[in-house]
Amino acid sequence: MSVATSVVGRRAPKVDAIKLATGRATFADDVDIRGLLHTKLVKSPYPHARITSVDKSRAEALPGVEAVITWEDVPRIPFTTAGQSWPEPSPYDMYILDNKVRFVGDPVAAVCAETPEIAARAVELIDVGYEVLPAILDYRQSMNPGAPIIHDEPESYGIYDAGRNIAAHIDVEIGDLEAGLREADLVIEHEFQVQYQQHTCLEPHVTIAFLDEDQRLVLRTSTQIPYHCRRMLAFALDIPVRNIHVIKPRVGGGFGNKQEVVTEPIAAVLALKTRRPVKLEYTREEEFTIARMRHPQHLKLRTGVRRDGSITANEVNVLTNTGAYGTHSLTVTGNTGTKPLPLYRSPNMRFYADIVYANLPISGAFRGYGAPQGFFAMEVHMDEVAESLGMDPLEFRKLNHIRQGDTDLMSAAAGEGAGKKARVMHSCGLPECIERGSAAIGWREKRGKPGTGPRRRGVGMCILMQGSGVAGDELAAAALKMNEDASFNLMVGSADIGTGSDTTLSQIAAEVLGVPLDHIIIKSGDTDHISFDYGAYASSTAYITGTSVLKASEDARQQIVAVAGRMMDEDPEGLLVHDGRVSSLNGKSVSLQEVAMECLYGEDKKLIIGTGSHATKESPPPFVAMFAEVEVDVETGQVHPIEIVTAVDVGRALNPDICEGQVEGAVAQGLGYALTEEILVGDDGRVLNPCFMDYKIFAAPDMPKLTTILVEAEEPTGPFGAKSVAEIAINGPAPAISNAIYDAVGIRLHSLPMTAEKVLAALDAKADA
Amino acid sequence: MRVSCTLNGRPIEWEIVPNETLLDSLRSHGLTGTKRVCESGECGACAVIVDGLAMDSCLLLTAQIDGADVVTVEGLETAGTLHPVEAAFAENGAIQCGFCIPGMVVTAANFLEQNPHPSEDEVRHVFNGNLCRCTGYKKPIEAVLNAAQTMGEQR
Repeated sequence: MSVATSVVGRRAPKVDAIKLATGRATFADDVDIRGLLHTKLVKSPYPHARITSVDKSRAEALPGVEAVITWEDVPRIPFTTAGQSWPEPSPYDMYILDNKVRFVGDPVAAVCAETPEIAARAVELIDVGYEVLPAILDYRQSMNPGAPIIHDEPESYGIYDAGRNIAAHIDVEIGDLEAGLREADLVIEHEFQVQYQQHTCLEPHVTIAFLDEDQRLVLRTSTQIPYHCRRMLAFALDIPVRNIHVIKPRVGGGFGNKQEVVTEPIAAVLALKTRRPVKLEYTREEEFTIARMRHPQHLKLRTGVRRDGSITANEVNVLTNTGAYGTHSLTVTGNTGTKPLPLYRSPNMRFYADIVYANLPISGAFRGYGAPQGFFAMEVHMDEVAESLGMDPLEFRKLNHIRQGDTDLMSAAAGEGAGKKARVMHSCGLPECIERGSAAIGWREKRGKPGTGPRRRGVGMCILMQGSGVAGDELAAAALKMNEDASFNLMVGSADIGTGSDTTLSQIAAEVLGVPLDHIIIKSGDTDHISFDYGAYASSTAYITGTSVLKASEDARQQIVAVAGRMMDEDPEGLLVHDGRVSSLNGKSVSLQEVAMECLYGEDKKLIIGTGSHATKESPPPFVAMFAEVEVDVETGQVHPIEIVTAVDVGRALNPDICEGQVEGAVAQGLGYALTEEILVGDDGRVLNPCFMDYKIFAAPDMPKLTTILVEAEEPTGPFGAKSVAEIAINGPAPAISNAIYDAVGIRLHSLPMTAEKVLAALDAKADA
Repeated sequence: MRVSCTLNGRPIEWEIVPNETLLDSLRSHGLTGTKRVCESGECGACAVIVDGLAMDSCLLLTAQIDGADVVTVEGLETAGTLHPVEAAFAENGAIQCGFCIPGMVVTAANFLEQNPHPSEDEVRHVFNGNLCRCTGYKKPIEAVLNAAQTMGEQR
C-alpha cells in the first residue's frame, strides 16, 4: 500500500508554470549582456577532407570582428561531447576544432563579432583550402576492406577499431544461443531498418560564455548536464574545474540533444580569447544538420520458440551508424539490446553490435536512447513470432514477459551497466497495463475486423520496459535550508529541461517537511550551488535526484524535531511534522515558524541545513503496454493513427499531470518517428530537409486521440514508490502502429518511417504474391 | 528609420534599420517572451497580435507595423491578473519546457476573441501553426477549452 500523502501524488500546477505561461521565464538568450559578441561558424562543404590552409586575414581585418579561431587556436586534446559519467564510455575522438572535417557542416572555424551580420560577413571572407578525401555515405560500407579511414588521427583513443571505422562493439551471450536455437520447434528471423530522427527542441543549442569579476569562466547554457559540462570543459580546455561556473537557466527542451557539450567549447574558447561575453546560438538549419540525431540502425532478430509458445533463444544483431563521431556510440546501442531482450524470458540470449563511423551527421543521445530502435524491431518481430505459432500476440506476450522477482541478466552484461549487479524486478505492473490498456482500446472487439472499402481499420500493440537512471552510474545530491517563515531553499543539481522535475522534487520536500508546495524555493542546475547531479538523462531525475531530496528533507526534518522536542519538552522520537506544525501525541505542538525562529534567534542558535546524496545499483524499469488503432487508405497508402492507448506502470505518480504530459509528449515524438520524420542525406553528404517545412513533426491536427492510463505498482526502492516515466513511451508508437497496419491490411512494415510510399509498395507486393 | 505604434497599450517609437524583423525588435527591447525558433513562419513560437490578428513576428518587418496596434505575450496580463488562457495553461499541466507556450497562449487568446465557444476540433486546427515538441498538444487543447469556459462565465 502506498503511504498516505498530501502533496506527493497531487496534480499540483508546476512551480514554474506561471512564469512560463506569461513569457517571463528567462531562457539562456533572454538576458541583456553588455558588449555581447555574436558567433558564426565556417562549415565544411565536403563530407571528408583535410584542411590544408586557412586564410583568416581578410576576416580579421573586417571592422567589428573580434576573433577568428581555427584548429590552430584550440588545445589539441581529444575529448567526447557525450555528457556521461567519468571516464566517459564514448571514444575520445573529437577536437574543439580540427584540421580534418568528417561530415558536411563540420565546423572549420568560428568568428565572433559585434553583430551577427558582421560575423556572417566575416565567415564569407575566410578562405579554406581542402584536400578532398573519399567519403563513406552508406554506413553499411564502413567496415569494408579498403574503405576510407575516418579517424586516422593518432591522438584519438577509446575507439574500438579505428582502422575498420568501428567506434564501439558489443558481443554478449547469456546461456548458449545456438543450443537454444537447436531446442526450438521454430526459428524465426527478421531484418529491420531505422532512420535518423532529429530532436527539434524548440530552443536551439545556445551558450553565452563570459568571464566574471573573479575571471572565472561562466557558461549560461542550454544543457541537460551542468555538472558533466563543467568537468568536460575543464578537460577539453585544460583549465581547473574551479575556474568554471555552469548555469542552466530555463531550457527549451533537450530530449538528449543537450546531453552533450555542443555550443559550449567554442563559446568558451572565444570568451577566453576576447575577454568579452560571447554567444554561440545554432540556427534552426544548424540544429537539423550539425547538432545530434537518433542513430540509424540495421537490425537482425532471431528467435527460437517451442510450439507451446515458450522462447528457447533470442538474438539481437545490430549495425549502427554513429556518423562522423562516436558520441554515445557504445551506450545508445547498448540499450538497443539491453532494454528489449530482458522483456522476454529466455534462457539463452545473444546481443551483438558494431557501431560504425560514416561521413554523415553525428548521432547521439535521443529520448529512449537506443530503445526505440530495439523495440520497433523486437515488438514487430514478436508479433510475427506469435502469428507463426497461431497465437494471439497479446496472449503470446502475457505468456513470455518478465515478471516481478525475475532477474535481468542482460543489462548487467552489456552497455552502460556492464559489470554491474544484475537487476532484480522488485515491481512489475505489466499485467495490469496489458489488461487495462486492451480494455481501453477494445482489443477483442476490434482485432481482425478491418472492414471493407478503401479505408481499413486495424489494432496493434506492444509492450515496453526502460530504466530509472543508469544502474550503478548515478549520483545526485541536494541541500535545503530553513528560513524564518518555515520556507526552505532547495538546491539540486538536476536540470529541469521541461520535464517538471523542479515541481516533483519540490513536492517530495514539501511532503516530508509538512509545508505547502509554495514554501519550497527550488534552484536547480547551477554548479556553484551546494548540489551535484549527473544530469537529466536516462529517466533518472525522479528516482535518483528524488531520493537525494527525500534524504535531504528527512535530514532537515530530524533536526527540526530535535529542536521542537526541546521546545515542548518532549521526546523527538514520535513527533509528527505536518501542516506547518510539529506535534506530539500528548497534544502539544509548535509551529514550524516558531521552530525556525528558535533556531535562528533563540538560545541554541543553529541553521537547519538538510543534505542528502544518493547513488544506487538499482534501476527499476517502468513498463508500458501500448495499443494503437489506425486507418490505412489502401488507395493512397496513407496511415492515419486514430487512437493510442498507453498504460504505463510508473511505480507511483508523484504528479499525475506531469506523468501524463511526459507520456503524451513521448507518444507524439514516437508518432513522428513511426510515420513522418526522417533526416534525408543526399549523394554529396548534405542534409536535404533542414527545416520544419520539409522535416515533418506531428502538429496538433495530426494527433490521434491519446489515452493515458497510470498504473501504480509501487517500487520499494523509489521515493514514495516512484520509478521513471520520461522516456519509455517513445518506444511504442512505431511497433504498435506497424502491428496495427498488419491487422488492417495484412502487410508487415520493417522500415521506418512508414510512409505512404512504403505502404503502397508493400500492398503492391502483396497483391503480386 | 523610425516607426511608431501601440505596443501592449502604450505608444512607442523605435529607431530601426529597414530590414529588421518585428521579432528582433521586440527581443532587443526586452520583450523576450516572444521566442526565436525557426525564423521562417513554420512554428508559431514568435506569434504576436497585430491589429487583432495573430501573426508570426519573424515574418514581419518592423517597418510594416508603423501605426499598428501590437500585443505580445507580455501584454495579455491586465493589472496583475493572468489572462484566462495563461491561467488555464498553468492549471491544466499544459506546459512542459515552455518555449512554444507564449506563441500558443497568444494564438489562443486571439482565437477566443473571435470564437468564444470553440469545439475541440477548432482549437486543434487553430494550433496547426504552433509546433510543440513536448506536450503532444492534448493538455494545451484542453487548457484552451477550459479558458473558453472561464471567459464565458466572466462575461
